[in-house]
Amino acid sequence: MSTKKNKLVEKREDVVIRFAGDSGDGMQLTGSLFSDSTAFAGNDFATFPDYPAEIRAPQGTVAGVSGFQVHFGHTNIHTSGDLADVLVAMNPASLKANLRWLKDNATIILDTNAFVEKAFEKAGYDDNPLEKEELQGYNIIKAPISEMTKKAVQDLDLEVKTALKSKNMFALGVVLYLFNRKLDKVFHAFEEKFRSNPVVVEANKRVLQAGFNFAETVEAINPTFNVEPAELAKGLYRNITGNTATAWGFIAASENSGRQLFLGSYPITPASEILQELTKHKELGVKALQAEDEIAGICSAIGASYTGSLAITTTSGPGLSLKSEAIGLAVMTELPIVIVDVQRGGPSTGLPTKSEQSDLMQALFGRNGDCPAIVIAAKSPTDCFYAAYKASKISMEHMTSVILLTDGSLANGSEIFKIPSVSDMEKIEPPLAKANDKKFKPYRRDEEKLRRQWAIPGTEGLRHRVGGLEKDSVNGNVSHDPVNHQLMTDLRARKVEKVADYLPEQEVIGNESGELLVVSWGGTYGVMLTAVEEMLKEEKNIGFAHFSHINPLPRNTEDIFKRFDKILVCELNNGQFINWLKMNFSHNNYFGFNKVQGLPFMVSELKRRFNELLSK
Amino acid sequence: MMSDSIVNTEEKLELTKEDFVSDQMVKWCPGCGDHAILSSVEKVFPKLGVRKEDFVVVSGIGCSSRFPYYMNTYGIHGIHGRAAAIATGVKLSNPKLCVWMITGDGDCMAIGGNHFIHMVRRNIDLNILLFNNKIYGLTKGQYSPTTPRGTRTKSSPQGTFEQPFYAGELVIGAQGNFFARAVDNNPKMMVEVMFEAAKHTGASVVEILQNCVIFNNRIHDMITNRETKHDNQLMLRHGKPMIFGKNKEKGIVLEGTQLKVVKIGENGYGPDDILVHDQSNPDPGIHVMLSRMKPPDFPAAMGVIRSVKAKSYEQEMTDLIEHSKKDSKIKSTQDLLQSGNTWTI
Repeated sequence: MSTKKNKLVEKREDVVIRFAGDSGDGMQLTGSLFSDSTAFAGNDFATFPDYPAEIRAPQGTVAGVSGFQVHFGHTNIHTSGDLADVLVAMNPASLKANLRWLKDNATIILDTNAFVEKAFEKAGYDDNPLEKEELQGYNIIKAPISEMTKKAVQDLDLEVKTALKSKNMFALGVVLYLFNRKLDKVFHAFEEKFRSNPVVVEANKRVLQAGFNFAETVEAINPTFNVEPAELAKGLYRNITGNTATAWGFIAASENSGRQLFLGSYPITPASEILQELTKHKELGVKALQAEDEIAGICSAIGASYTGSLAITTTSGPGLSLKSEAIGLAVMTELPIVIVDVQRGGPSTGLPTKSEQSDLMQALFGRNGDCPAIVIAAKSPTDCFYAAYKASKISMEHMTSVILLTDGSLANGSEIFKIPSVSDMEKIEPPLAKANDKKFKPYRRDEEKLRRQWAIPGTEGLRHRVGGLEKDSVNGNVSHDPVNHQLMTDLRARKVEKVADYLPEQEVIGNESGELLVVSWGGTYGVMLTAVEEMLKEEKNIGFAHFSHINPLPRNTEDIFKRFDKILVCELNNGQFINWLKMNFSHNNYFGFNKVQGLPFMVSELKRRFNELLSK
Repeated sequence: MMSDSIVNTEEKLELTKEDFVSDQMVKWCPGCGDHAILSSVEKVFPKLGVRKEDFVVVSGIGCSSRFPYYMNTYGIHGIHGRAAAIATGVKLSNPKLCVWMITGDGDCMAIGGNHFIHMVRRNIDLNILLFNNKIYGLTKGQYSPTTPRGTRTKSSPQGTFEQPFYAGELVIGAQGNFFARAVDNNPKMMVEVMFEAAKHTGASVVEILQNCVIFNNRIHDMITNRETKHDNQLMLRHGKPMIFGKNKEKGIVLEGTQLKVVKIGENGYGPDDILVHDQSNPDPGIHVMLSRMKPPDFPAAMGVIRSVKAKSYEQEMTDLIEHSKKDSKIKSTQDLLQSGNTWTI
């Protein structure tokens, strides 16, 4: 290990790396530090954390493994990647949990000090996995990480337990060497993060350097890899998760509409970060209430909406169920509100930390009465910013309830975000009623959008009451008149349908007509696009329509469908969007591809299914 | 609430009851206590020094909750139990508004119990009128969380076997700072208590003992009827001894850890032995005891039982926002997007 080797560097278009360890091993931090370093290397990238539902599941068990995956490349990156090229496994359980997510010839970096008898048992191995046949074909880098970490900090007078907290940085050092990265940015990050504790900064620096040096000297790491910077549009970039992007989209909409932002929300996985993020931004006037329950979350938002705020509530599936009655009130009062559902595995408590797309029907129909709401779905972590903005715009300009569907993968996944100019974004112009307008009637509506006006308490001459009882179509007084109820039911439906006039046309990627149209919606965009791009490279006859607008659907949807022989609807549920499409558009050849495992689609399985439906 | 900010000092507000009477037909049953409460509110609103556009009346579901439709103000008739949450959103969104919440015993202590206690705990500056008729009226006569044990109702044919809530005890237990009580057949008392509630900053709960003529007629009769009311109502006054009875001959004393009714001048109890009401005492002990008093052993306490000063939630929030705005370098969404780790390509 002491002689300098002849260094070989191999070029790669894109690489997937997965950091895995015990949930207390700091894998999330390791992953995000690696992401930051990737950003400075100029690559495009996307990340995804994979952590257990328990905060600290039993140490050393497969249930307690926490992971963080980074996919980066010279090419454009649409997903956090299927199978990994590199795995960092801090213990046997991490190896066991992740082996099936590796490419055949993947590199595995592991801590040999953690591969001891007792740990095998906890991980569910009967003996040493390193001697097993299943590891043949992988490039295994065995590093005594714990031991070398202790050595690196031995004169810092730290307790062993504290010293070992830095061992994740040893692994990061090895990985940084593997990809020919510099250490200075990470050093800088230590200085920022542990500002109040210089000893910890020093310990982390030393351990990181030790990992890097180890990699440089060990024979097993040859060649190293180089991923050239991506060709990205010029501009200012940052890394952002879907939940943060969602929160910021609302802040932007608030600023551009001149309406104060109000959030009423109850913590729920995987939506809580939106609440947490918005509570941070009092400097921008954001009012965020952590309510006593999901119902209070939305009801406080309805009160704030009546009072003139851009009012939102954030939740996940079970919380959306609890909000159903109140969404009805928002629809009935025709007040603007945005309800964010960060979907997770269901039904009931289901799989809280896993992602799914199974709340679609709930969003469309989960209310009493004929109760239409706009439904929008974000397609990527950065798109969450624009989707939240768009949801706010539609909600306020059309005086409707908007349900914005994201999901656990988008929420926690990150990708690089080209920072837009907020002042150049589409204007948002809510229909505010003017003080002392003699013609004002609470439910009088304009012909173009069928929206009523937003008359805000405090404004002179506009006193009026709203409520859940059916209202007269003009003066807003309580009405039990049968004809009026029919009219109001129609108006509420038509108002939502009219939003389609203001939506962009549905786009088709690839062939505009032909044998197979593959269809998806929401958070599966990245993996679908990757699969479709590969199919197109292989000159397969395929078109791809990804839907962001679920209700109403874009006007040209049926025209697109007519141009294809077969329509394959791919979704992470048991067949919800396909049934919504069937309700709307007759077509003889609908096919579904459904997966409900709490896992994203893989490019390979999508392509297999696409190919099954293609004649050649 | 009656913060200075919304009192229009520029022009004198000369509002009358007529400014608040709506053009809608009032559809409560003839003889229902709600009519008198409505009339009292219409008397109070014009005198609060608040622009008529700055009132918002919020309710849930139930007979009482039709209230907003009968007031010519801004208003929301919400959904069952959620008035406290809706009103919280209204108040936080615009703290300058004078927000009144109308609710009933079922609405706020059964289906809306959670919102009610948390609104009280947070000390949102709302004025809450809790119409307590101890029955579900709009659904035609089932027992409520305040129905006395043993009462036969449509859903308790053999009599209820549930322990009822005492509204005051619940409010004070939920960290409430203001609780008052009035009866629906004494407009003067209602008006007085509503004024006190309006003056108090924070969640001000007024329990109104209200009669449902159809499903629970005369439930409060012992307290409210002419013959017995003097012996069964104790009108509390801050700093004054707790004296009641037709000839002011009775009083409340504290004996050991318990309240006791005594006749003044008998058994050695003189006027100086009578408890003096201190509504502003932060210690909730006596206030809870007063709020639990009921005939036949005790008179029911009326007026302001508890009124303790505390900062309201929305004031805390407003202050934090002001400080953050002053201290932060982030002045716009653009600043936020460009904060932290960024890089140029």
